[in-house]
Amino acid sequence: MAKLTFVGGIHPYDGKDLSKDKPIREVLPEGEMVYPLSQHIGAPAKPVVQKGDRVLAGQKIAESGGFVSAAVFASVSGIVKNIEPRRVASGDMVMSIVLDNDRLYEELPAAAVKPLEEMTKEEILAAVREAGIVGMGGAGFPTHVKLSPPKPEKIDYVIANCAECEPYLTSDYRRMLEEPEKLIGGMKAILQLFDKAQGILAVEDNKPDCIRLLRELTKDEKRICVKALTTKYPQGGERLLIYATTGRKINSSMLPADVGCVVNNVDTMVAVHRAVTEGKPLTERIVTLTGDAMKNPCNYRVRIGMSYQELLDIAGGFRVQPEKVICGGPMMGMALFDLNIPTTKTATALLALSKDEVSAMEPGPCINCGRCLEVCPGRVMPSRLADYAEHFDEEGFLENNGMECCECGCCSYICPAKRPLTQEIKSMRKLLLAKKKKK
Amino acid sequence: MREEKKMLKVSSNPHIRSRVSTSGIMLAVVLALLPAAGYGVYNFGPRALAVIGVTVAATVLTEAIYGFCRKKTTVTDLSAVVTGLLLAMNLPVNLPLWMAALGGVFAILVAKLLFGGLGQNFMNPALAGRCFLLISFPKQMTDFVSEGGSFAGITWDAYTGATPLAALKAGESVNVTDMIVGRVGGTIGETSMIAIVAGACILLLLGIIDLRVPGSYLISFVIFVGIFGGRGFEPAWLSAQLAGGGLMLGAFFMATDYVTRPITVKGQYVFGIFLGVMTGIFRIFGPGAEGVSYAIILGNLLVPLIEKVTGPRAFGYRKGGKAHEA
Repeated sequence: MAKLTFVGGIHPYDGKDLSKDKPIREVLPEGEMVYPLSQHIGAPAKPVVQKGDRVLAGQKIAESGGFVSAAVFASVSGIVKNIEPRRVASGDMVMSIVLDNDRLYEELPAAAVKPLEEMTKEEILAAVREAGIVGMGGAGFPTHVKLSPPKPEKIDYVIANCAECEPYLTSDYRRMLEEPEKLIGGMKAILQLFDKAQGILAVEDNKPDCIRLLRELTKDEKRICVKALTTKYPQGGERLLIYATTGRKINSSMLPADVGCVVNNVDTMVAVHRAVTEGKPLTERIVTLTGDAMKNPCNYRVRIGMSYQELLDIAGGFRVQPEKVICGGPMMGMALFDLNIPTTKTATALLALSKDEVSAMEPGPCINCGRCLEVCPGRVMPSRLADYAEHFDEEGFLENNGMECCECGCCSYICPAKRPLTQEIKSMRKLLLAKKKKK
Repeated sequence: MREEKKMLKVSSNPHIRSRVSTSGIMLAVVLALLPAAGYGVYNFGPRALAVIGVTVAATVLTEAIYGFCRKKTTVTDLSAVVTGLLLAMNLPVNLPLWMAALGGVFAILVAKLLFGGLGQNFMNPALAGRCFLLISFPKQMTDFVSEGGSFAGITWDAYTGATPLAALKAGESVNVTDMIVGRVGGTIGETSMIAIVAGACILLLLGIIDLRVPGSYLISFVIFVGIFGGRGFEPAWLSAQLAGGGLMLGAFFMATDYVTRPITVKGQYVFGIFLGVMTGIFRIFGPGAEGVSYAIILGNLLVPLIEKVTGPRAFGYRKGGKAHEA
């Protein structure tokens, strides 16, 4: 069998050994809970509660603000303390609902559910939309939008992104090992939406135990197969995953549905399963606490809204004072300057590094070595794009396909001159996207 | 603990970096040049060492002084060492030392620093230095007569008369084995094909260079001289052409210079083929026996053009910039 992979990519130290054998542990938050109204791509959610209201765990506190948007749910019971701007992982201030946790964890009774086989497509979609599910791998694109392509009959593949190519992260790995039936259940629910689609569980081959387990569990499923992908970052990038599993290619201006694919992350599929079979909204996710500065690297089932600081304190804090703490993985995660930040639907990990490799290295001039071109999965010329970005040369940037960058970070990682290529390209893209929006 | 919490560092992603650095790459190139340099000293005697020392000192000092004046130290990236060593490889053993030093200063100052330093030069500095010397001091630069001698029990041979390539051009017969081993006259570092290829293997194994440029260079050269050389594809003659002159050194150490070769993959093949053809033209139809230096410099000048027409196709696009369709 041909290797399932893509051209480019890198093999960084993966650090997964730190936390991969730590089973998922439950954690109950005791402190204040914060629910940003924008935990997804699209319009912010609109609050449906007021200051002083008592809410229960699982209760909707903000409704979807449009088609491309997602509702937000309380994950504990308590009183709404305020609706105010709060700092989130990206560093922005985002309007958030702040909840005074009463530590009773009283739950709203789950919505009534029918067996999956009896549900219509509309009912499944409604359940997903009503559960406020978004892409939990990092991007946070509302899942019900992904699941409602203009021509659902044209979807050939539903791909579960089980690659988890980002170094250090093990939340998807633990999920696959401990709750594979929920992942498969989510896949079945989604497959019910697309009559002729084939389900693919795409796992990187550095997780042979997951591959074995999922193959065993799906051996009687005609519509689901498990595909082992070559381990290489960023294999889990949506466009590269589609290419590796189906051979189809899309560029940045296309959607997976344009080539008959729907891609969802492991946690997202589990959330779909939970919404469809239990009638429960998205209020929890798996977060990996890891890094060489972490005292006890582990995987937690976290109630969304809990602060990273509290989570860290429960996990035992740091082993040594870290230089850098990252929300997410080391390649695409965001560096935090303060831990008093809420976990969100897209929070995959809290990574604490005792040494910051970036600030320890002085960027030098480009020596034109071409390594960035070789590793770029978008097949563009990062070193040139960074030059254009530096000089705000919009024309040159666009002509050289600057918008095709997926910001995976491979070029910055590999650059021997330690140039912040990704950063330059990213800021230029942001600028151009904002400009386009204005028009 | 939390009261005296140190500030966390914040920067854009990614937060990890590979271990490969510019100075690491340069160091590897220096190490890879050592077999050829060592053989040069063995072959031509201790004066070769003096030429190498003076040239490297000249390039490094030039870089250091310039950096000191500009208050920006760039000498630690070791690129000046590479330039100096490469230039010395391209000099005859009996070149007056002040000329070697002058060549070093020219290579670093004029060909590199004045264009903006490392990464900004459009021409290989070592080759620019060599060509500068060739034009300024043609007699001394082409005088490959060297004396034999012995020191501490090690003897080296004397070389008189023409280099094997010149002899070949004049229609004389040459000893191909001697050429491959390096027991011939020529510049300090170019004579031993074995030593050069051994060094190149280090770079290939470390992934610092690849075979795209040297491979297409050598293959196109062989095809060219095979067709136009008038001797057909006669193995002994082709081997002599490959082992002779600066071809091996040029193909593996100078045409592969990151800064002055195209960055695009397709462009590297085009560049290599261009060099092969040009070297062939210079050697067969030109007045001299050599042609590598000028071929590479000409190639360097074409790099922007080559890169312009060989840009990669972005993921998800078809020929002509069109998007893929389902």
